[in-house]
Amino acid sequence: MSLITPSHIQLNEEGRLKHFLTTEGLSQPLLTEILDTADSFISTQERNVKTVPLLRGKTVVNLFFENSTRTRSTFELAAKRLSANILNLDIARSATSKGETLMDTLWNLESMYSDMFVVRHADSGAAHFIAQHITPNVAVINAGDGRHAHPTQAMLDMLTIRREKGPFENLTVAIVGDILHSRVARSQIYALKTLGSTDIRVIGPNTLIPKDIESLGVRAYNNMAQGLKGVDVVIMLRLQKERMQAALLPSEAEYYRLFGLSTDKLALANPGAIVMHPGPINRGVEIESAVADGPQSVILKQVSNGIPMRMAVMAMAMGGQNQTRQEEG
Amino acid sequence: MSLPQPAALLDKMTRDLQNLTAQEQNEVVMIGIHTGGAWVAQQLHQSLKLDNDLGSLDISFYRDDFTQKGLHPQIKSSTLGDIEGKTVILVDDVIMSGRTIRAAMNELFDYGRPAKIILACLLDTGRRELPIQADVVGERVTLADDQRIKLSGPEPLALSMATIAKQGSPA
Repeated sequence: MSLITPSHIQLNEEGRLKHFLTTEGLSQPLLTEILDTADSFISTQERNVKTVPLLRGKTVVNLFFENSTRTRSTFELAAKRLSANILNLDIARSATSKGETLMDTLWNLESMYSDMFVVRHADSGAAHFIAQHITPNVAVINAGDGRHAHPTQAMLDMLTIRREKGPFENLTVAIVGDILHSRVARSQIYALKTLGSTDIRVIGPNTLIPKDIESLGVRAYNNMAQGLKGVDVVIMLRLQKERMQAALLPSEAEYYRLFGLSTDKLALANPGAIVMHPGPINRGVEIESAVADGPQSVILKQVSNGIPMRMAVMAMAMGGQNQTRQEEG
Repeated sequence: MSLPQPAALLDKMTRDLQNLTAQEQNEVVMIGIHTGGAWVAQQLHQSLKLDNDLGSLDISFYRDDFTQKGLHPQIKSSTLGDIEGKTVILVDDVIMSGRTIRAAMNELFDYGRPAKIILACLLDTGRRELPIQADVVGERVTLADDQRIKLSGPEPLALSMATIAKQGSPA
């Protein structure tokens, strides 16, 4: 599908971000700039007054065609802490023709003078589609599209890794579980590659690992004992039962026995390895409670880092739109 | 036009700041504006023998030209301690339009309510666009329309003159 190839529609003429749709195809300096900007926002989040005036007077629309609690609320908080006005729209998935419905919705929202859309959609490519058809000067942020990409989640994970473990070059990272349905995994792999990680692994049953995954420059394992050896960062993924159309798993108990992150299995990774999970976690399905709540877990730090990361991306994209607007005079 | 040596200006600024804060009842803290102002503040913080931590301010999130220029690509973190009820010496390298200082004051107030703010700048080039004046100035200079002054540092501090191609937005 041509809509979801890596594209430069997310950059303006000066190479600055104007939409944020995917981590694929973005340069290392740009990804580093996003991380540095998010780091700067962290310091503002420790103050009594947590808002900065950057997006004062702007209107951000949270356009969620698919349910989400964490992502939507952190985007909402991020927008508010940038002093933007935010409108939350939860739109149930419509059975009618997607293209038409989407465009009708957009035209209506554009008529309300919105400056930015944060889009979550069950269809891969939805945010790209919107970015291509939107009025000039309106920024689009992808908050997760189908199996394709979830770039702000990937970047908040990169921020967490960099803050906890330092530079990416020497880190071995394993992504464990349902790679097949995971937009998070895909966005993480592109970001990790670009940021310099050379040893990226995916671990899971064959049925949940895409056939062509190694073409992305990662190594695939079907065995936790082998895959976790020497790993510095373990990223667990949620089993996405709602996206599974066929019997891809024998049973949850069997999956947990083989691929669940228990205290024993975590001991196979490097001492001091961090444990991550994009949430929501299924305790006892992909991760043991003792691990999720244990000293190596940074799962709640990921949630905290979600706010400064989303502030960074929103501020940069809005800034990139402003530049364009200026050039158009 | 020959530019002054920063070292001589810093001596003068130190004396002026000493006089200005001699009777100060509140605790005095110093905060430098990134990047040049932070370098100047480092020197003044030493020469004034302030024993509390030197603060720094990156005003990128408070600039009034965000809608024209977007976000600065290299943002540093602001690091400052408690300023509530204190006398803040705010330090910048060059004051021109006054817009940087306005942004810096807006940011300061998101950290607390200082009792007083004293503004100290190495150079004042005039050309003000806002009604903001420095309390302590190393030297006042006059620039042609296309001239801008740049401070390099942190060691040693040196001033240089640059000619800009077109009328840009002042620092």
